[in-house]
Amino acid sequence: MSRIASVTALEEFRQEILSQRDPDKPCITLCSGSACMATGSGKVAAALEREIEKQGVSSEVVSRRTGCHGFCEQGPIVVIYPQGICYLRVQPEDIAEIISETIIGKRIVERLLYVDPNNGEKATREDDIPFYKNQQRLVLGSNRKIDPRSLEDYLAVEGYQALAKVLFQMTPEQVVGEVKDAKLRGRGGAGFPSGIKWDFARNAPGEQKYVVVNCDEGDPGAYMDRSVMEGNPFAVLEGLMIGAYAIGAHEGYVYVRQEYPLAVANLTVAIKKAEEAGLLGQNILGSGFDFTVKVHRGAGAFICGEETSLLNSLEGKAGEPNARPPFPAIKGLWGKPTNINNVETWANIPMIINKGAAFFSAIGTESSKGTKIFSLVGKVNNTGLVEVPMGASMRDIIFKIGGGVPDGKKFKAVQTGGPSGGCLPEKLLDIKVDFDELSKAGAMMGSGGMIVMDEDTCLVDIARYFLAFLSDESCGKCTPCREGIRQMLKILTNMTKGLGRPGDLELLLELAETTKGSSMCALGKTAPNPVLSTLNHFREEYEAHINEKRYPSLSCKALIAFHIAPEKCKGCGACFRKCPAEAIEGGKKRIHVILQEKCTKCGGCLEACPAVFGAVSKISGVPVPDAIPEEARAI
Amino acid sequence: MDIGKIDQIIDQHQGEASALIQILLDIQSENHWLPKEALTRVGEKLAVPMSRIQHITTFYKHFSLSPKGKHEVHVCVGTACHVRGAERILDTVREVTGVAPGETDPDLNFSIETVSCLGCCALGPVMVVDGEIHGNVKQDETAEVLQKLAEPEAAEDLKKCACE
Repeated sequence: MSRIASVTALEEFRQEILSQRDPDKPCITLCSGSACMATGSGKVAAALEREIEKQGVSSEVVSRRTGCHGFCEQGPIVVIYPQGICYLRVQPEDIAEIISETIIGKRIVERLLYVDPNNGEKATREDDIPFYKNQQRLVLGSNRKIDPRSLEDYLAVEGYQALAKVLFQMTPEQVVGEVKDAKLRGRGGAGFPSGIKWDFARNAPGEQKYVVVNCDEGDPGAYMDRSVMEGNPFAVLEGLMIGAYAIGAHEGYVYVRQEYPLAVANLTVAIKKAEEAGLLGQNILGSGFDFTVKVHRGAGAFICGEETSLLNSLEGKAGEPNARPPFPAIKGLWGKPTNINNVETWANIPMIINKGAAFFSAIGTESSKGTKIFSLVGKVNNTGLVEVPMGASMRDIIFKIGGGVPDGKKFKAVQTGGPSGGCLPEKLLDIKVDFDELSKAGAMMGSGGMIVMDEDTCLVDIARYFLAFLSDESCGKCTPCREGIRQMLKILTNMTKGLGRPGDLELLLELAETTKGSSMCALGKTAPNPVLSTLNHFREEYEAHINEKRYPSLSCKALIAFHIAPEKCKGCGACFRKCPAEAIEGGKKRIHVILQEKCTKCGGCLEACPAVFGAVSKISGVPVPDAIPEEARAI
Repeated sequence: MDIGKIDQIIDQHQGEASALIQILLDIQSENHWLPKEALTRVGEKLAVPMSRIQHITTFYKHFSLSPKGKHEVHVCVGTACHVRGAERILDTVREVTGVAPGETDPDLNFSIETVSCLGCCALGPVMVVDGEIHGNVKQDETAEVLQKLAEPEAAEDLKKCACE
């Protein structure tokens, strides 16, 4: 493609693209985000191509493969515009019918619609589905309208308008001022005001400066950065360029985890296309502004999400953190002033410039503005990415958008903010979710992971899980973090094995305080949070583990046992066939018995036993009843 | 691994020492592990001491200093997957293949790794077998997939596909 050398040329090109597009022409979009790809979106795409050709509608319909739509559990997702008809869990064999029925016949394929699990009602349009209806998708919303590898698609949704405005109508001071007025806070977790951060780097002495996109996202349970980077890489790049212009940087880096291959691929394509179009490189749009950007893949280290570690890693070193100050804004990449923001933060920038600080700051709460994307996962009906205005209540997110806890189980806790965050119990569900309210409640925003747990989840095990993760990921540079986490983990592991001792809780608290107070970087400083928040809200579970050697949620393997109630067993053999350890004795028309010494506690028998019988149960804290004698087993 | 290929990878990154991690990633994705000769070559070309290369290859999880099996199995143990029973999937993987996480069997058939999060949280528990994502996996399904790969004929078939 030829270089776009001026704003006029950009606008002409945009108009040309728009004039070739008929908004009333049916457009079939197929979600091709990572989750949908995992559920077979690739095969659906092939079927779509085939059927359009076969049924001879190639001139009457447009098909587009887009980034993540957010409703990941229901994928692959097909949405047909302009009506917004939404088909879920679409398989290749459904495509012929979609073309002949919906595209040609203008009829709905009922069986592919969303069915509300609570009342059985069907929803035809995307906007009618409760999951989407209650969201405000300012950042994520563009994902469904564009092919992430098409510059034309991005231009069609006002892409690069903000960059043009900034380069020709605003001074760098005005850009920083706009971001400050918008009161945007960093979406990476700490929530530091972005405008102020930009100002630091802008005012730092030195000619050479850098801007960096942090797409390391090592938080287990959070994947919004992945979806934004995969689905709308041009927006992230545009935001980065606007930041570079404001700060006075001419070089940028995007740090992406190599565990996100699609994000790396789409980003690389976007950079190449932007370079070809003259939207990256020398003299962008004839403004005299130069900017180049490079992609750096991470190699699997959680700590690299931390600013100073990330910079060390960018320099080709091990990703160990440095003590701050000096902050990266003063002394960052190769000792030069550097501004690092997370993917979601950068993706918000074009919108702030286009729509203005007033528009942005009108959304959200007093201290937290705009929207936030959460990854709503775990034991919840509608899992996926959810974008809501700051200040939405946790209860609304989990129950209205998420549709509540599956299988009629009881809600127990929600974990927010990844390993640095905390678990909140039901009584705190009505708090308004923003940076400060969450911190006040003992959790944190983090990058926005929201993991719902039901009654079967053991909170002591969850605390142990996070500490095991952090112990593994601690770089080991400073002693409080390396040793503190390890010792806390040891205590918790013992507890989940039934080896907890009186005094453990006090020791845990002491270790937690020390680690928190004296670690060098945020990993160690926040590592005790999973312990502290669960201890605070679920102390009785810890006490049951230690004092009664009992697991209230029956999930820790060490002190539970499986038992078949003789009076309920119908001798169907389902559990017998399923047992991988040959730990079940049975036979036709005989009551089955679990041999405790052979049982690996995998739970296969519990799953296999038909619900109507309900003969298998988990027990903890009480002795396992003796097996009934051989001669009494005939039914 | 062919020295020419290593040189080619280094040249793609303009031979800059700062690109060390990127170069090692490319070699790893080409060869599945980092043989000593490759590391020596990289060190020479980039003028980076071996001690730093050792530091990096042991610091970052993605790098492997020993050969990988024919089939690479990654089990996600991220929080969302953990809550939905990743531990049990991992147990099954261990039982079926006889290989513990982080290890490779002596026949170089299976390499098992755990990963902290693949960003497919909505589909948990998730397992990746030879690059293909399996979402919402159950124990029996896991066993079935792996048993198939353990059969020599299936492995031969796969080999054939790779060559053709």
